[in-house]
Amino acid sequence: MAAIHDVMPMFALYQPESVDDALRLLDQFGAGAWTMAGGLDTFDWLKDRTKRTEAVVELGNIAELSGIKEVDGGLEIGATTTLTEIAQHPVVRQRFGLLAEAAGLVASPQIRHQGTLGGNVSQDARCWYYRAGWPCYRAGGNICYADTPTAINREHAILHADRCVAVSPSDTAPALVALDASLVIRRLGGERVVAAQDYFVGPGRDITRMTALRPDELLTAIRIPAAWAGAEFYFEKVRDRQVWDFPLVNVASAMKVSGGTIQSLRIVVGAVAATPLRLTAVETAVAGKPRTPETAAMAGRLAVEGAQPLEHNGYKVPLMRNLVARAIRGAGAATT
Amino acid sequence: MANKLVGQNYTTPDLVAKVTGRAKYAEDFRAEGMLFAKLLLSQRPHARVTRIDTAEALAMPGVKAILTADDLPSVVEGANLGEGITASSISERGLTMEPLYVGEPILAVAAVDELTATEAIEKIRIEYEALPFVVDPLESLRPGSPNARTQGNVWVRPAPAPPAPGAKPAPPPQPRVQEWKWTEADFAAAGEGQLPLGKTPDEWSYGDVEAALAKADLVLDETFVGANTSHQPLETRSAMAYWQNGKLYMHCSTQSVMRTIGSVARWVGIDAKDVVIISEYTGGGFGSKGSGYVFTVIPALLSKKTNAPVMMRITREDEQYIGRARPALHSRVRAGFRKDGKLLALDGLAICDNGPYDVVGDSRSAGDHISLACQPEAMRWRMITVLTNTPPRGAQRAPGGMQGNSLMAPLLAKAARKLGIDEVALHRINAPEGKASFGAPNAQGRRPYVTSAFVKQAIDKGAELFKWDERKARSGKREGSKVRGVGMALSCYSAGSMGFDGLIVIKPDGRLAVQSGIGNLGTESVFDVHRVAAEVVGVPWEKVDITWGNTSKNVPNTCGQGGSQTTHAMTRAAHAAGMDAVTKLQKIAAQTLGGKPENYEVANERVFRKGGGSGMSLADAARRAIELGGIYDGHELPSTINAFTTTSATALAGQGLMGVARDAYGRDGSSKSYVAGFAEVEVDVETGAYRVIDYVAVADVGTVIHPRSLGGQICGGIILGLGHAIGQKWVYDKRYGAPVARRFYQTKPPSILDVPRMQWAALDIPDPETPVGARGVGEAPVGAGFGAVVNALAAAVGDEIFRRAPVTADVILAALEAGKPMHDPLTANV
Repeated sequence: MAAIHDVMPMFALYQPESVDDALRLLDQFGAGAWTMAGGLDTFDWLKDRTKRTEAVVELGNIAELSGIKEVDGGLEIGATTTLTEIAQHPVVRQRFGLLAEAAGLVASPQIRHQGTLGGNVSQDARCWYYRAGWPCYRAGGNICYADTPTAINREHAILHADRCVAVSPSDTAPALVALDASLVIRRLGGERVVAAQDYFVGPGRDITRMTALRPDELLTAIRIPAAWAGAEFYFEKVRDRQVWDFPLVNVASAMKVSGGTIQSLRIVVGAVAATPLRLTAVETAVAGKPRTPETAAMAGRLAVEGAQPLEHNGYKVPLMRNLVARAIRGAGAATT
Repeated sequence: MANKLVGQNYTTPDLVAKVTGRAKYAEDFRAEGMLFAKLLLSQRPHARVTRIDTAEALAMPGVKAILTADDLPSVVEGANLGEGITASSISERGLTMEPLYVGEPILAVAAVDELTATEAIEKIRIEYEALPFVVDPLESLRPGSPNARTQGNVWVRPAPAPPAPGAKPAPPPQPRVQEWKWTEADFAAAGEGQLPLGKTPDEWSYGDVEAALAKADLVLDETFVGANTSHQPLETRSAMAYWQNGKLYMHCSTQSVMRTIGSVARWVGIDAKDVVIISEYTGGGFGSKGSGYVFTVIPALLSKKTNAPVMMRITREDEQYIGRARPALHSRVRAGFRKDGKLLALDGLAICDNGPYDVVGDSRSAGDHISLACQPEAMRWRMITVLTNTPPRGAQRAPGGMQGNSLMAPLLAKAARKLGIDEVALHRINAPEGKASFGAPNAQGRRPYVTSAFVKQAIDKGAELFKWDERKARSGKREGSKVRGVGMALSCYSAGSMGFDGLIVIKPDGRLAVQSGIGNLGTESVFDVHRVAAEVVGVPWEKVDITWGNTSKNVPNTCGQGGSQTTHAMTRAAHAAGMDAVTKLQKIAAQTLGGKPENYEVANERVFRKGGGSGMSLADAARRAIELGGIYDGHELPSTINAFTTTSATALAGQGLMGVARDAYGRDGSSKSYVAGFAEVEVDVETGAYRVIDYVAVADVGTVIHPRSLGGQICGGIILGLGHAIGQKWVYDKRYGAPVARRFYQTKPPSILDVPRMQWAALDIPDPETPVGARGVGEAPVGAGFGAVVNALAAAVGDEIFRRAPVTADVILAALEAGKPMHDPLTANV
């Protein structure tokens, strides 16, 4: 059968107005349902006709899924809150600037108006082989096309690859992990709360999915605790274009410094592995150390230990090393 | 001329429709009973289709017809198809049974809607017999490597037979495809990262290159590889066709309206008089839609087959495959410089990545424009055009010239640094001046030359506007992790043809009707050039009515809107038509009011006695022209105009005073335009990421006709070149012969947020070889856009960082880390 792309196939569109109705639909359709928020990931797949679904459950009419609330000194952000809202929200900017900055660097202004936080952290891998419908491991096949001698893998993983070498493409995901966020997941008759770090799934755990979300579940909210409010944050995204580009590598960190000494730190790197990679070894190594260029350099070196670059992505090793060092050095590090 | 219009800004008559969305592009048209077509694209890089099973698709309700290559007009090898085109069985036809690249259309389905056509395509079974393929031109030159076509892998133009004594030389023979391989020794002789120098089927030279290299104070030997870059204009190449009274009505997205008749007639296999082209608005062409596109044959023949109008909307992905691209040049240049920077000798070889179909001339054009921009005292230019199983190439804004000026830019900047002289000074000492020579010598040993070149003035003006000296002082100095760099580049391109017709009518109400066969491709030349006619006959712009965008509406013979021809060619034609009207007005005035025609002048909507006195309005003169008939109102036409113009003018006869003439003005030299560009970048050496901060461009393009559209062209061309520098490319997995970068977020054309602060200026010095003084500008800026940016990068981070384009963060960071260039320059499409 011949393949053709760029034409949206037929599907039934459901637009529930409550989370409960949405959950009933997900329960009813099971694996046949496709949950859609802003549609940036969804329409790409569906228009390409590479992935199909009989029913799309569109969340845009569910008011309770959108909005930013202050809870116990932290925040609860509805899953369909747009990236623009987050980037511009005064409390997010003032107390959790890391997330505001990350959200503000996603894709393009148009995509941020449409794209949601829940969608940004739940989007599928952007490996161009997988995305083009090649029958790879992630698509249920038995080969990784991005990891062959002729493969073009400039944008792929340098760490923790397991058959698949796709990376986590999200900008907000590393920020959420660094902020110790948790994700609220509901299904018909149940709710679980998952630490951000555990929401993201590497190929070793499940090679066909990027998140812990099961087909009958709905990500409803992202909770950010007060723990890191007002801490010193650093976010940087390196990309090819100034807009509408996924990260080559991004870094998110939250740091508490006292008298020139690093008290505690969260540091997370995106686009180097299939999940946002929290660097616990770095966090441990720099805690209690003076915040100096030497500490930063040591952190950078430690961060990339064990990195295994592919044919075309060796640059990611020094890039990750330098970004981690810069995060430790702090804002303005690029110019000082 | 009083120049009330020429050189002034104004609002073009299409603008409101464009910005309010009322403008109708090809896919906005609907016709009663219209069907929709979708394409089935090859998933193989090279194969023979052995079987197509369409039974299930045709059985679907709503599916009306399937078109395959068997439905296309047959090819008579060697037949003269007009407009210089010779039929060839290996040319692209729009559909094929031997797909030569992933994405090549094999068949098309017409159905009642797009979803039905799409689902029908999914029900078609195709069986292929795999054939050898190659997506890298250098790979195809290795001994024993695959050829892109069964006929071979290289375009070769056989030497012309020596003419019989006294006979006119025969036209050059048609190029043909044959197998052409380099030797293992050729490959072994090249150093790491150096392009091998095997034999080439084509070369030209002048002067003693080796002797000049021997006396040079500095000789550089540089390999540079550019990227294949897709066009992807905002409007894809959609088309809608229907037939009426035996005529084909084609709504398409073309650069050239009048010049699309002949090509559509050829593709569909009908007479040009039976083709009507409708294209009032075109969403960008940039060379990819010069005279339409071969795929218009699909809706045309599906419409005939189904007896219904057929709309073929081309999707973004379709466009990535069939929308044409600039061919990458893989080049190696040895260049010898004198101590003061003067380029003594240049010896270059360029491999052009042609794609699978008709030969593109980029490697030849590259040599021509290198020789023009750099004026080497001796030069040899060797060319080889290699076929690959990748989408067909075509003209892209400064085809060849852009790549030629681009591959020289980093070499010239490096030479300046090695010689310890200023980069601007080096460009200045080598810049063309006056009637500068360029390109290959002819059989008599004479080289062509340009009409004029005021390049040194452009360089000086640019350096001043950019504050070159001030910025250069901080170039290369690191502050924290940031380092800035400045660079300049010079580019040039063809900028005008001649010999076309103008057609205007002064109506009895005093308004001026202008017939325009120019395409509305966004450059505004469709309106701008006619300002000249209005100026000549003294009619205010408010009283000018332009008819455009439809070849059934009596338009004159017009140049194609490609090759930056239009501003030059059609201001001349407009001037000729205007002067014809003036002559007729003077005669009518003399007949009516007495005296001799030369006693009268035309201005301010009147023809009147010089120095004041009796006269008449243009409205009265138009009425008088109709009474007189004959030459005055178009009932008698000059024999010098083109037959197409005669038909149009005849249809308009009797409506007023007609100005109709062929541009018979002389010209000594080839028209070329020039742009000097200056860029500043800021690089973060810890990440390799950089931004272009400022850009200044100064153009030598002759008289300025419309400042705002000129600025748009200069800045737009610069941005295209900048995109080639900072990120745009193709990516292919060579094992599968398939593209992995298919979408904008993967092929990465520049975005508006990548665009730096920009400033432009034009010298506004008239070209001495054309009556209005104006030349084209569309193409000249592109190479300078690229060159200044990469030179600024090299100034910031060093000459030994990159050897290919685009120059992305990973290229810079990996090289800074290793202390040497880390990216293999020779592999294509990575």
